[in-house]
This record gives sequence, structure tokens and C-alpha cells, in this order.
Amino acid sequence: MARGHPLRTAEINERMNSVIELDQLSVRLGNREILKGLTGSLQARTIGLLGPNGAGKSTLINTLLGFYPPANGTARIFGHDIRTGRNAIRSVVGYMPENDCFIGNMSAVTFVRYMAELSGLPPEQALERAHEALFYVGLGEARYRKVGTYSLGMKQMAKLAQAVVHGPKLVILDEPTNGLDPPARLRMLKLIQEMKASGTMHIILCSHLLRDVEETCEEVMILKQGRVVHISNLEEERRLNKRFLELETFGSQNGFLDAARGLGCECADLGNGRIKMVLGDGVDVRNIYQLAAERNLQLRRLSNRRDSLEDIFLRAMEN
Amino acid sequence: MAVYKRSYKSYAGPMTAEWSRFWIIPRFAWAGLFKQRLLTILYVICFFYPLGAALVIYFNSNMSFLRQYVPVPDKLLDIGNSFFFAFTTVQSGLGFILTALIGPGLISPDLMNNALPLYFCRPLSRTGYVVGKMTVIAALLSLITWIPGLMLFGLQASLADQAWWNANAYLAGSIFFSSLLWIMVISVMALALSAWVKWKVVAGGLMLVVMFVGAALGEMVREIARSDMGRYLDLGYNMARVWSSMFRIVEDTGSITLEESIAVVLAYSAVCVLLLMKKVRAFEVVR
Repeated sequence: MARGHPLRTAEINERMNSVIELDQLSVRLGNREILKGLTGSLQARTIGLLGPNGAGKSTLINTLLGFYPPANGTARIFGHDIRTGRNAIRSVVGYMPENDCFIGNMSAVTFVRYMAELSGLPPEQALERAHEALFYVGLGEARYRKVGTYSLGMKQMAKLAQAVVHGPKLVILDEPTNGLDPPARLRMLKLIQEMKASGTMHIILCSHLLRDVEETCEEVMILKQGRVVHISNLEEERRLNKRFLELETFGSQNGFLDAARGLGCECADLGNGRIKMVLGDGVDVRNIYQLAAERNLQLRRLSNRRDSLEDIFLRAMEN
Repeated sequence: MAVYKRSYKSYAGPMTAEWSRFWIIPRFAWAGLFKQRLLTILYVICFFYPLGAALVIYFNSNMSFLRQYVPVPDKLLDIGNSFFFAFTTVQSGLGFILTALIGPGLISPDLMNNALPLYFCRPLSRTGYVVGKMTVIAALLSLITWIPGLMLFGLQASLADQAWWNANAYLAGSIFFSSLLWIMVISVMALALSAWVKWKVVAGGLMLVVMFVGAALGEMVREIARSDMGRYLDLGYNMARVWSSMFRIVEDTGSITLEESIAVVLAYSAVCVLLLMKKVRAFEVVR
């Protein structure tokens, strides 16, 4: 087997692993530059796209789908360039738009079947999958009703059904919980988590609702005024948060810090009995309690410092 | 029906060829169209004239059969360019009415319900979408224009002698190309109006306006300015001029040349295509 240049091979591997790779992507609509040189790589199974209104989230999605041409730079989805591989991208992507999108004079099952056939499924399989998708999103009993007569929540579910009916590798959900009442919102988030758990699909969730993104996503990209201001792996952050401790002690420390360091923990004495600590490998909180008890040190407070998505988002907005 | 939990399953079955997918659009459109009784009745009526014409051609070549029952001359009528020109004109007129009924409902519902992003996020181009929608009209109109026209031509050719064939062989091309031109022009016009006018009735009415008001305006300009320039506005006139030439019918055509008529027809079509492609987008860009 021929061996490629190591750097080039690494680059290719990274591209193959990336769900989305942005490479100096700029988009102009009219005279306005909406996206300004976006660069970054997203690899997780569920990716959140966050940003305040007008940050360019929907424009980015529309550009990835080939609706808007890039003015500069490019982007790749599963290694397919959006400039040259539009059809290849569209074959593996499902899209649930933000606004009401449907064909009003069709029953839900005909509508979803139609969309499945346009995605490339043969008629019989498309019909079968349409029924399955509608049952999956909870519209099984209403599948012969015209989509135009559906409530807002039902229309959202029908949009989700058409987005997943052809079994895409990547589903782009643009504000999927918009206009949903609390039970419907929970159901939508549960469906997203189920799809993620299926292990066959990547999901991009575009939302301004931090809680929705926090509950479902492993990685997040935050946009502000058409620029990427933060990319963060939430799973990694959650893992790190679990290893991070903030302690408030009372009394003499009696070498407590040294003993903790001896176990492999990183410690910082903040004064007034306050300590920050990153637990070493194989060390858990029980060991810390034990060390404190051996030294008659009172632990008045012990907490995992948790950077919530809100903290991350606010920090990104301040920057 | 048993209710049980369904979980998400990916799809790993066969896929259809990408080029064949434009055909899905007309298939679903026809299924919806022929649920309308009025349209179905009109479409059946469109076959009466070809059927009558077939009988005329048959009896015209078999007068001895008729003579057994009624006294008739040797020939009913002369089957030639005028016969097929009349056939094409009548069938094209019916096709126009049919298009005014079905055309406006093809794109406007997709635009009203913002359905275009759902089409274009799939491996379907804007051209594929427009071709698919055009096929809805073109296939229906082909079945009542050039297909029966060529069948009648074949019937006449099989019944007539070699001399008729030698003199009229060009008519096959005339029937095919004149019908095709008409189908193209009124299809893009109907789709453009459907894309720009949301109400189906208004869009259908506008088709009549473009055709007949254009003619009326053209006549007004002719009378007032005493110039044939007004006829540039009259799509029907220019189309008839092109057809006459194709069928080698000699007519008093005024000062408008054939080339000018062709240019007018092409200009109308080009404007319609431009209007159509401007509107058929996943999202409109607000500048």
C-alpha cells in the first residue's frame, strides 16, 4: 500500500473525522457580509450552534446546504466541499427548517413519502419509511390528515419526520423547539437524544435556547456577529468539571495540601481556607475526605466547579 | 393496530438514480390533479377531436365502405397541411385552457408554504425542480397534441399512396416541433405566473390576460399608430405566424417577418424563465 506524506495523511484523517470543517468561510448577502471568515472543526455526534439573534446561525446552515454561495473560503461536510460536492452533501443530510415548511394539500404520509422519494428512496421503501418516521415522531394516528390542518407542534414533528425519513448521516435541526409547549419540547428533546443514541446519525442543533443545547449536545460552536467566538467540547468540559473541586476548609491544614499533591492532585491555596483542586488519576472525593479526617481538617464546603453552558456563552459574548 | 414503541432506524436499502428523481415531482402532481373531476372531464374532452380526426382519415381513404350506406363523393376532404394545422391549432387551444387550470397550482403552493427549502436540501437542483414541474404540463399536453398528431399522420400515411407521402412527409416534423414550441412557451408562462402570483385563480386569469389582452393591445397600437409594431405584443399572433411557416400555410402576415415572430416567442419565453428562476430559490435574499 502506498504511503502518503504523514502531514497530508493526518490532514485527510482529520477531515474524514470532521462532521463540519469551516475554512475561512465568508458569506455576503447583497452588500452585507453575514459570515466573516469562519474557521473551525466540529466532530461530535451532536453539535450545538449557538448565538444571539442575527449572529449568522441560519445563514451558516443555509450555506452548508448550498442555498447561499460562499464569498470566500469554503466548508466541508464529511469531507465533501460545499462548493463542489453539493449533491453528495445533500444526499447524506436531513434538514428541519426553522419556519413553517410543508406541502399543505398533502396528507402527512404522502408528504413524508414524497420527501423520501426525492431523497432517493424507491417508492415502496419510501412509503414504508414514511409510516415508520411518522410513528416515530408520534404522528402515527394523525398520519392521514393533511399537514395544513396540523397544530404548530404537530407541524414541527412532521418536519422532523421528513428530515429523518431517508436515514441521513447528519440532521440539521434549526430551532426545533420553537413554538412548542413544555411537554412537546421535552418530547422533541427526547427524540433528539434517542437519535443521538442510535449511533448512526450526527445532529446539528441550531438554537438560541441554551438549555436545549446543553441537554442534547456534546460540542458547541458559538457565533457572534458572523464570527466564531467559541468552540467547546461540552463532554470534555463535563468530564473535567467532575475532576475539579472547590473546597472551603476550617482549621489548620496540617500538610493536607502536600498529602493531596502526593496522591497526584493539583492544588492551589486561595487563602482563607479556600482550595482549588484537580483530582489526580485514580483519586476520588472519598480519598480527599479521608485525608482531611486524618488531619482533623474540617471541610465546610466541597463542590465540583461546574462551568455551565450559560457561563461559557456569557464569557464568549463578553469576549 | 397494535401500538408499540418504535425507535429510530437508519436506512441502508437501495437508492434510485439521481437523474430519475425529477420524475417524482410530476408523478405526485398528477396524482393530486386527477382527483379534480372538472380537470379529468376536460382532459377526456381533449381526446374527442383526435378521435374524430382519426375517423375522418379512415373514412376518407375508405369511401367505398361509406358508399354502401349513403351517397358520398370520392373524397370527404383533402388531408394535408391545412388539416393538420387545424388539428394542431384546436388541440393547442385546448392545451392552453388545460394549462391555465393546472399550471398556476404547481409552484404557488410550494412558495406559500415555504416548501422550497425542503426540495432543495435534497439532491434536487433548481433546474431539476423546474423541469419536474414543467413535465407535469408538458406530458399532459403532449398526450393531446403531438402524440395523437403523429398517430394521425401515421394513420394517413399508411392509408394514402406514395405521392401523398412524398408531398407531405415534412408534416411530421411540423406537428412535432410546433406542438413542442407551444408546450414550452405556455409551460414556462404558467410556471412563472404560478411563482409570482400566489392565488391560483388570479394566476390562471393572468394567463388569459397575457394571451388575449396582449392581442387586444397589439390591435390598438396597430389601429392608433397604423403600424404592425403592436403585433410584437401579441404572442398568439406570433405563434400562429411561426406555425403557418412550419405547416407551409400561406397567409397575409403584414410586415412582421418570420424571424421577428420567432424572436418575439423566444423573448416571451426568456422573460418567463428569468422570472421563474428569480423566484424559485430556497430562500429569498433580502438586500
